[in-house]
Amino acid sequence: MIRLQNISKVFYTDSGPVEALKDINLSIKKGEIFGIIGLSGAGKSTLVRCINFLEKPTEGNVILDGRDLGGLTRKELLKARQSIGMIFQGFNLLSQRNALRNICFPLEIAGVSKSDAKARAYELLDIVGLSDKAKAYPSQLSGGQMQRVTIARALATNPKVLLCDEATSALDPNTTQSILELLKDINRKFGVTIVVITHEMKVIEQICNRVAVIDRSRIVEQGDVREVFMRPKSDIAKQLILPKSEAVEFLTSRRCLRIVFDGNSSFEPIISNMTLECHAVVNILFADTKNIDGKAFGQMVLQLPDDDTAIERIKAYLESKNILYKEEYLNA
Amino acid sequence: MLKLLGNGILETLYMTVTSTALAYIIGLPLGILLSVTDRTGITPIPTLNKILGFIVNLIRSVPFLILLVAILPITRAIVGTTIGSTATIVPLVFAAAPFVARMVESSIKEVDAGVIEAAHSMGSSPVQIIYKVLIPEATPSLIIGAAIAITTILGYSAMAGFVGGGGLGSIAINYGYYRYQEDVMLITVLLLVVIVQIFQEVGMKIAKVADKRIRSEK
Repeated sequence: MIRLQNISKVFYTDSGPVEALKDINLSIKKGEIFGIIGLSGAGKSTLVRCINFLEKPTEGNVILDGRDLGGLTRKELLKARQSIGMIFQGFNLLSQRNALRNICFPLEIAGVSKSDAKARAYELLDIVGLSDKAKAYPSQLSGGQMQRVTIARALATNPKVLLCDEATSALDPNTTQSILELLKDINRKFGVTIVVITHEMKVIEQICNRVAVIDRSRIVEQGDVREVFMRPKSDIAKQLILPKSEAVEFLTSRRCLRIVFDGNSSFEPIISNMTLECHAVVNILFADTKNIDGKAFGQMVLQLPDDDTAIERIKAYLESKNILYKEEYLNA
Repeated sequence: MLKLLGNGILETLYMTVTSTALAYIIGLPLGILLSVTDRTGITPIPTLNKILGFIVNLIRSVPFLILLVAILPITRAIVGTTIGSTATIVPLVFAAAPFVARMVESSIKEVDAGVIEAAHSMGSSPVQIIYKVLIPEATPSLIIGAAIAITTILGYSAMAGFVGGGGLGSIAINYGYYRYQEDVMLITVLLLVVIVQIFQEVGMKIAKVADKRIRSEK
């Protein structure tokens, strides 16, 4: 669906050239939710803007649905952008237009008649759950509601791709949750390919199929979210994923097991059952888990007993429950 | 005397409103052009921007009274005379258009860059961005700018009284200054103050009603 080939981007500033992106190669499949994670300044915002040519790459090609964006005329590019929706951290709604007319905006740009645009906008308001806010201006909406309007606006022209630039970073945890659910829903219902830019591992964990980790202008790691989450290779991925806790650092030399919940049932008392069935006690050093719609997400670090056969029993038990784990000496 | 003052008010309003309207016909497109061709604008054309900016600054740096006299030949060519309120409109427009252009430019530049980026991401052309984003988003600021412009032009029109420009300014100068009728002077000044207040207040009210950003939750 989207292929980025050898993308580089250099900004020429007064204090000399700055390389924002170096040699980026990515391939995003149709219908998937692809995450790009990195710290601020890593180049992720520039990268997402290369996908719709808001930033023209200095080198390399962006192939969208088989077409090389660099080879398009200005008119063709404007047309191509209508098939790529984008939502922003700062919402960027027109402050002088109400929700309904904000959603009509991309349709007006695309040349859709006023009455058709209005009908489509009402439909979209319904999809994002804001039917009662059609006449409200952005200043009368909460952050979460504004982001729903921008999602509706981005979907108005039936785009094949939706780019999300830190779409949940300005929102509180509960609102973030509902916006992520909405994005997942849209992906399922309409088959829209979604590219998510974020600095929060939680966002990637919850909605993405695959992830690329960007650090200092380069992609340092990419793969299935489960795989990267379980066995992060790059320093930056480890920094983003592995738990930071004083208790963990204190016990660095002990044998520990990091287990990851990525959608297992929340209702099953896994750890209790494990200790009972394996006749082994473990010490929970770290836990950061969360229940989302009856599914458990997050990770735990367990300190293991000094008994190798017990450890084998624990591992066998986790495998039988299909729970990801990795033995490690954290920070050692 | 009352009739004289009444006439003066009407002449002043006629000069001010007509000049402001004409100044906006020139200044609005010019101001938009100045902001969009800027290095950070939506269609940067630095050379054109520099040239326009230079012309605007040049006219703005000439004091109004001097401009008034300097362009007398142009005034005569356009209106056929150099005295009376209609003749005053020419230098007023001349002086006000660059001023209006700068006001418009600064209003347009206040529009949030993120909103413009969003419009770009939807495939808007520069013309669509001007009509559908820049002007509507800047409207409250443009209205406030217009209120400031019209009061400034009112002040200029009074100055034109020195060279036979008509309106309240002429009355203040002819009766109050040359004939030492200080009461007439005082009354005309008071009338000017009242007119300025009305323009300013009405402008601010309209801007407030037009602005959808500051409507508080009820």
